[in-house]
Amino acid sequence: MEFGPYLMLAALEGAVTAAVLALMAAGLSLVFGVMRVVNVAHGEFYMLGAVLAFVVAGMAGGGALGFVAVLVAVPLIVAALAVAADVTVLKRVGYDPERTIVATIGILYIVQQVTLMGYGPDARPVAAPFNQRIALPWVEWGAGGPSLYWPWGLSITSYKLFVIGAAVVVLALLWVLMTRTRIGLVMRATQLDRETAQAFGIPVERVYALVFGLGAGLAALAGVLIVPIQQAHYLMGGDALLLSFIVVIIGGLGSLSGTLIAALLIGLSDGILSVFFSPTLAKIVATLLVALVLVFRPQGLMGKPER
Amino acid sequence: MTARILALHGGLLALLPALHFLLPVYHHGNLARIMVLACYAIGYNLLFGYTGLLSLGHAMFFAAGMYGMGMALYHLGLGAELAFLAGIAAAGGLALVVGLLALRTVGVAFMIVTLMFSQAFYLAILLAARWTRGDEGLVLAGADRVLFGLDLTDPDIRFLLALGLFALCLSATLWLVRRPFGRVLVAIRENPERAELLGYDIFRHKLAAVVMSGLFSGAAGAAYGLMFGYVGASFAEVHFSIFPLLWVLLGGAGTVIGPFFGVLFMFYLIDISSGLTPAYMLVAGVALVLLTLFAPQGLMGEVRRRWLRWLP
Repeated sequence: MEFGPYLMLAALEGAVTAAVLALMAAGLSLVFGVMRVVNVAHGEFYMLGAVLAFVVAGMAGGGALGFVAVLVAVPLIVAALAVAADVTVLKRVGYDPERTIVATIGILYIVQQVTLMGYGPDARPVAAPFNQRIALPWVEWGAGGPSLYWPWGLSITSYKLFVIGAAVVVLALLWVLMTRTRIGLVMRATQLDRETAQAFGIPVERVYALVFGLGAGLAALAGVLIVPIQQAHYLMGGDALLLSFIVVIIGGLGSLSGTLIAALLIGLSDGILSVFFSPTLAKIVATLLVALVLVFRPQGLMGKPER
Repeated sequence: MTARILALHGGLLALLPALHFLLPVYHHGNLARIMVLACYAIGYNLLFGYTGLLSLGHAMFFAAGMYGMGMALYHLGLGAELAFLAGIAAAGGLALVVGLLALRTVGVAFMIVTLMFSQAFYLAILLAARWTRGDEGLVLAGADRVLFGLDLTDPDIRFLLALGLFALCLSATLWLVRRPFGRVLVAIRENPERAELLGYDIFRHKLAAVVMSGLFSGAAGAAYGLMFGYVGASFAEVHFSIFPLLWVLLGGAGTVIGPFFGVLFMFYLIDISSGLTPAYMLVAGVALVLLTLFAPQGLMGEVRRRWLRWLP
């Protein structure tokens, strides 16, 4: 393959990563934005989404109908678990930022080990509901002007296109929810000023539980979508958490649009960088960059400085 | 006032050598490990408990001490004494650099920055597999592990040296936190704005706390590697940054003897539970959640709140 088609293939794979990453990071960013707490267990909700997708798909049977059942049921189950965790633990530590981090680290270990005991240490796949290979054309500048041809290996599956489409639809719905509905208004009011919101009769604790559930549901949805491409494994949450941290920090903590742009940036560059560098070196550079962004530009690349 | 503080801490230090003659072999070995890890916890406590800075990346200082010592011994062929000092210096240098950068942030950002630096350090150890042997780690030969003529492969000598290091760390912290310097650290923890208003240079005090915390952690790491003959990348993982937080929270943040009891309790909790279930991290997770919910002060914190108000 020539360089051009090769780059396009890397970019397409990167777009799939970016789509999943954007969903997950949007959940993390939402929780941080509204509740002002960092949820270290976010990666485990993603992992739970993938693992439960395997379990529910086994119960619902294969095929497109089974996959729709998974797509609806799994995020709801994970969101319910997250709400339970919020009410039993986070509410009782008063959403204190530091104690919440410690508590969510505890939740992380509990979820991970319970999954290990129940699901086992193996990585398992879920069959995609549809998986046609779509060959893509590439433009060639020949003697007689531009002409289309189909290079060998330049293709994408219909399922990967579906992942990108689904992420775009869900994020658009999230945007509508936040900006055009009453519940979104309530969430934004809580984000701006918790005490004043409470004084106006907004049930802040219920809003927090809802936001925490919504964030976990988004992570679980990302896990469900990725599981036909990658396999479900009980340790898959760690790397995903790190990447979405990077996205949320680069995009500016709590800013949804910044998060989306950063997800695209990181997803695409991750696909392209890991072609040229050793993955360990790429990870070192990425983690150091995030640390330095936080040190020298704490509002993120897109965020506004705090007054 | 001072007499009872000295009596309490001196009593603990006097009890430990007595245990040397009383404990069965298995627990004797455990206690040696616990005392070295307690030095790590003491270092963590200095930053978290007294200065109020929550770091999620202390494993890098422990590992810097361990690898600084191990590489000097393994590749440069320095004696154990010089290698031990090299480990402490490596940890102190790293702490200085990390402190200068990370202390520009506060709160949640500080936690994430330390976490990221630590992760980068861990990945760097894996990347430099040519010298560090990556995941496998370095196994130090018994013949190299001789400190001032004392053979560290002998469990009795190991126990007594661990005790010596622990006694040194414990008394150094006790001395430090009762000096004006330690009081300023507590003032910074309680109210940084007011401490600054009173004319204290907050940044320099915090930086000094980070460096000292790094030195204690590095000394513990170097000693651990030297005593047990193994230098491995697993000591730089995230888990190993979470453990000191857990120990200190459990034992009582901001108390001098708390970290020791935290390590003791957690060590035996995992020791006993790993006999029942392989998923010992589950125990750690449940312990963390229960602690944040019911005893944010920890064991010694509760003791101080209820009975001994004078506990330093």
